[in-house]
Amino acid sequence: MSLQHLSEDSIVEAHDLHFAYSDRPVFDGLNLSIPRGKVTVIMGPSGCGKSTFLSLLGGRLVPDKGRISFDGTAVPSKSGPELYAMRRKMGMLFQKSALLTDLNVFDNVAFPFRETTRLPEALIRIQVLTKLQMVGLRGACDMQPSELSGGMARRVALARAIALDPLIIMYDEPFVGLDPISMGIILKLIRNLNDVLNLTSIVVTHDVTEGCEIADYVYLLDGGRVSGSGTPEQLSTQSDPAIEQFMQGLADGPVGFHYPAKDYLEDLAG
Amino acid sequence: MDSIARLGRYGIDFTFRLGESVLFLVSAIRGAAASLSRWGLIIEQIYAVGVLTMLITIVSGLFVGMVIGLQGYYQLVNFSAESSLGLVVALSLVRELGPVLSALLFAGRAGSALTAEIGLMKATEQLAAMEMMAVDPVSRIIGPRFVAGIISMPLLAALFSAVGVLGGYLVGHGQFGIDQGVYWTSMQTGVDLVEDILNGVIKSVVFGVIVVWIALYEGYASAPTSEGISRATTRTVVWSSLSVLGSDYMLTGLMYGG
Repeated sequence: MSLQHLSEDSIVEAHDLHFAYSDRPVFDGLNLSIPRGKVTVIMGPSGCGKSTFLSLLGGRLVPDKGRISFDGTAVPSKSGPELYAMRRKMGMLFQKSALLTDLNVFDNVAFPFRETTRLPEALIRIQVLTKLQMVGLRGACDMQPSELSGGMARRVALARAIALDPLIIMYDEPFVGLDPISMGIILKLIRNLNDVLNLTSIVVTHDVTEGCEIADYVYLLDGGRVSGSGTPEQLSTQSDPAIEQFMQGLADGPVGFHYPAKDYLEDLAG
Repeated sequence: MDSIARLGRYGIDFTFRLGESVLFLVSAIRGAAASLSRWGLIIEQIYAVGVLTMLITIVSGLFVGMVIGLQGYYQLVNFSAESSLGLVVALSLVRELGPVLSALLFAGRAGSALTAEIGLMKATEQLAAMEMMAVDPVSRIIGPRFVAGIISMPLLAALFSAVGVLGGYLVGHGQFGIDQGVYWTSMQTGVDLVEDILNGVIKSVVFGVIVVWIALYEGYASAPTSEGISRATTRTVVWSSLSVLGSDYMLTGLMYGG
């Protein structure tokens, strides 16, 4: 699968994207495209800008230069009706789940319906129960967010993210801090929801094993650019030392074990 | 040289935050206007910032009224003017102490809670999640709290003054045996509806705007860490208390100076 082929039916495209936090550059000419209907995993070391990419795509940050487009139109740079209309087609699962703490599970999933639609309450109830059933938590609909375990909270947040039947769903570090069972559930859910609801999924993570397990296509980010891309199989056989180091979690390699410092002996001798 | 640079940085930082908070006020007013149609949300917040502040307001109001009763009586009795005790108590409460002290209590009780709540919502990505759900956090979260604060503040100030007047009565009539008819009549003839009561209400509305503005801004602009939230909460109480006292001086000058 070449990049050229991907761009023919891609839902998200970033072209020559530049972005910096005041003085710390994050992206320096990023080019990537996310294929429609697939699970695309964006991996890279901490601080390489994976989550920043999702913020740019969601219009919460504005690129300094370059273009990012969603479903054929550029992401609006100003908060307004166009941006909100675009966000209605996006679902996002936050790392901290971000459930509204003053509402119970049912009301959390009902929140997007009540705030952005005029559906009658009876219809909302059916929708909410359907979404909760998909993530296996219909039985927990009266619980408060504080009573949920980390994995359950993330599943509720997932039900809320798919509430309005978005075109894409973005996962920000979905595997962090989960026990093995919850991890298995989340992995299964990402795959199933993607295929059953005909979604496009973007997963941002630094967990190589889990990332490769669900990915149809992988992008590796490093130093503000795409450092490697391909299917998990293609990447695992690549001989680029930087890719090899990241994929296999080697302590030493192009990214050195030692943070740059002056000569050891010189330093000890004072 | 270092200290001059630090001073300059502090000045720039202060100016930046001032400008940012004014922009925030503009969008908060917009959010407040948008939230006016959603009475359920506003009433929920009136309960949180207003009703839950009532107890501390009542207790403080009672004691402040009783203290004015004591002090007023000790002074007035020297001139055999203890029959004016009702007027002294009522005027000092309605004009000054009611609006000011209840605003200080409001800043400490409700303002700090608002800052911590908004700051935590920010730190746990709830505000970002709302944005991504195409819900504007300014009209959904900030607006109702802003309206609720402005509605609650004058009511709390009125409650403070009313309970304080009763406290003065308890001391004046109960402890010193001032005739109750005299206590109430001096108040009835001496307190002016516009000059005293309306001005007091205007003051408390202004204080309400100041306190919720600062509280909501500090929460919204706080660094999303536990340290950031604790600093924002402290700043809310310090800045809103100082602003209430400072603006009280200016309002009094404007209202009674002419």
